[in-house]
Amino acid sequence: MSAVTMDKMTKVYPNGVTAVSDLDLDIADGEFLVLVGPSGCGKSTALRMVAGLEEITDGTLKIGERVVNDLPPKERDIAMVFQNYALYPHMTVEQNIGFALKLARLPKDEITKRVHDAAKTLQLEDWLKRKPAQLSGGQRQRVAMGRAIVRDPSVFLMDEPLSNLDAKLRVQMRAEIAKLQRDLGTTTVYVTHDQVEAMTMGDRVAVLREGLLQQVSEPERLYAEPANLFVAAFIGSPSMNLLEATFERANGDARVVLSDEQSLDVPAAVVADNPELEGFVDKPVVVGIRPEHIFDASIHDDRVDASGPRLQADVELREALGSELVMHLRTTAQRAVTDDTRNAADADDAVLDELERQAESGEALLVARFDARSRARIGDRVELAVDTSQLHFFDPETGNRMSA
Amino acid sequence: MSTTVTPTTAPLPEAATGAAPTRGRGVGTRLHGLLGAVPTGVLWILVLLWTLPSLGLFVSSFRSETAVKTTGWWTVVTDPQLTLESYRGVFSSSTSDAPDMWQHFMNSAAIAIPATVIPIAIAAFAAYAFAWMDFPGRHWLFVATVAMLAVPFQMSLIPLLQLYVNGAHLTVFGETFTLLPDLDLQGTITAVWLTHIGFGLPLAIFLLHNYMASLPRDVFEAARIDGADHPTIFWRLVIPLSVPALAAFAIFQFLWVWNDYLVARTFLSIGSTDAPMTVRLATLSGSRGQDWHLLTAAAFVSIAVPLAVFFALQRYFVRGLLAGSVKG
Repeated sequence: MSAVTMDKMTKVYPNGVTAVSDLDLDIADGEFLVLVGPSGCGKSTALRMVAGLEEITDGTLKIGERVVNDLPPKERDIAMVFQNYALYPHMTVEQNIGFALKLARLPKDEITKRVHDAAKTLQLEDWLKRKPAQLSGGQRQRVAMGRAIVRDPSVFLMDEPLSNLDAKLRVQMRAEIAKLQRDLGTTTVYVTHDQVEAMTMGDRVAVLREGLLQQVSEPERLYAEPANLFVAAFIGSPSMNLLEATFERANGDARVVLSDEQSLDVPAAVVADNPELEGFVDKPVVVGIRPEHIFDASIHDDRVDASGPRLQADVELREALGSELVMHLRTTAQRAVTDDTRNAADADDAVLDELERQAESGEALLVARFDARSRARIGDRVELAVDTSQLHFFDPETGNRMSA
Repeated sequence: MSTTVTPTTAPLPEAATGAAPTRGRGVGTRLHGLLGAVPTGVLWILVLLWTLPSLGLFVSSFRSETAVKTTGWWTVVTDPQLTLESYRGVFSSSTSDAPDMWQHFMNSAAIAIPATVIPIAIAAFAAYAFAWMDFPGRHWLFVATVAMLAVPFQMSLIPLLQLYVNGAHLTVFGETFTLLPDLDLQGTITAVWLTHIGFGLPLAIFLLHNYMASLPRDVFEAARIDGADHPTIFWRLVIPLSVPALAAFAIFQFLWVWNDYLVARTFLSIGSTDAPMTVRLATLSGSRGQDWHLLTAAAFVSIAVPLAVFFALQRYFVRGLLAGSVKG
């Protein structure tokens, strides 16, 4: 068990591309830290630097009290789980799991004992004599885990270990890995591009973008107080609605104007929580609204403020999930499209095109999570209530969150 | 074409349009079926054309000398008289100064086995280094190695013979340096397999490199994290995983060396007791070619080993040719 400390860790490739710049991360002993970000953000590179598979260009990396910058992987006391498992195809499950111990010249009976213990933990006992090709995806994943835990290392490194599994198995393995990590108490660095994995598994989550650390904090905090537009757009599914607006004050009341016809009143308490807002009177701001804070105004329950502001929108798409409805609603407002939000879209061309179209049209497509009782259908015009106590505000210039 | 056009201009459109597609489809399907059979048919014709001479040779090898020299092999259909006379002739052809065929068979093995095993042993290391080790000049060294595939070995026979006879010496400013001592290799089996090794290596390195480079990088990284160094990775991972490629090259090289005549004929003196089968068989026809009927049987005696090797390892042969092009 060891802490992992990265101090200004930097990776510059020989071709001049900077993959990771000045990464500062303190990972506590026994902590489960998730590195998350869109593809190409440097998260895997950072992990591989910790593993010793990539050289560290600059900065220091400590595992425990040791600086390990120049140590080869085998001397770092780490174990790694790869995206496509990287099992040895010609070895049985038993040999796969025991390979590291064999190379470390442990006595045979010790190896057998430890391999069997690991196999028991992972319910692989019946498969020890099989080869990887004879196993299902989930079992291969377990063997990869077994290869890591059998060594009892100081640190686990996991590089998108669940991305090759189907959705159902992924959910199951997600829980299993999280539980295993808690039981073993081994410091873990886990890389993923899936923010659901990041939110559900990590003690803390570090969001990376183009090699730069954006925010590190507990999942709840990351969700409730995203540090900037990028984190706001990246974390959450469906993601936060981000709109360009003008902040106005009149007679002590504050409001954000979304378009000529529509605006939202901002409660005094929210303004008090975001004192920076005072500097943006009559200036553009970016307002963020989580999908769960937009309601169908025709449904009366205690979450809908009866006298609050309303937005008018047309239902464009309705996805019934049973427990709730995910509604895509077209309304007159200016969608905030910046490099931050484009980047968070993870280079998905279709999503990017849609963003640009909305930015040009002056109409924004809001995503809302409606109560399942809502009767709104595609093509209907609906009134939306917004929980204005939960608004997020960002500086459109810097993209940073306005905060105390 | 005219038949498919006429119905549309017919006075009864319903009936016509009803009938036209059916007829059109009928013709089309039949035509399509016919055209579809063309490649298969052509293939069969090619197979027959290519097999016929071998079949004729095979049949002739079982016919008597007079029969071979007077009638065509196809007469065997009407006059099936078969004999092992020619095979007996091949095996009993030893004279007082030449050893029997068995000795030449062993010579062939003594050349083909080292000429197969040694290049694989060297090339496996080289291929691994080219594929997975970082060292300065790796790319250009590999390019140079592959470029050697283009050297026509017939051109180098005489220089090589010079090398085997005299060694290599370089005289600079009156000073003579011996690059390779005179090992007196001419006329020895060693000279033959040494030459085969040299000319087999570039292809061996190229094939094995391509195969090894296609092995998944993650597996190597996992091994490094598990504490493996280059020798361990080579012996424990790369060699077991490269068996198909190693076997494929072994077959190629063995067949090539076993069937070689030119190299052996060049470096061994005529009538040498060290000559491989191919060289000995070529002398069977006699000084004036009067015993050419024996060559039919000799050819099949010589083919026997390559055929056995091919059928025993053909699974690897086919897989090895695809090595690197598809995963798995």
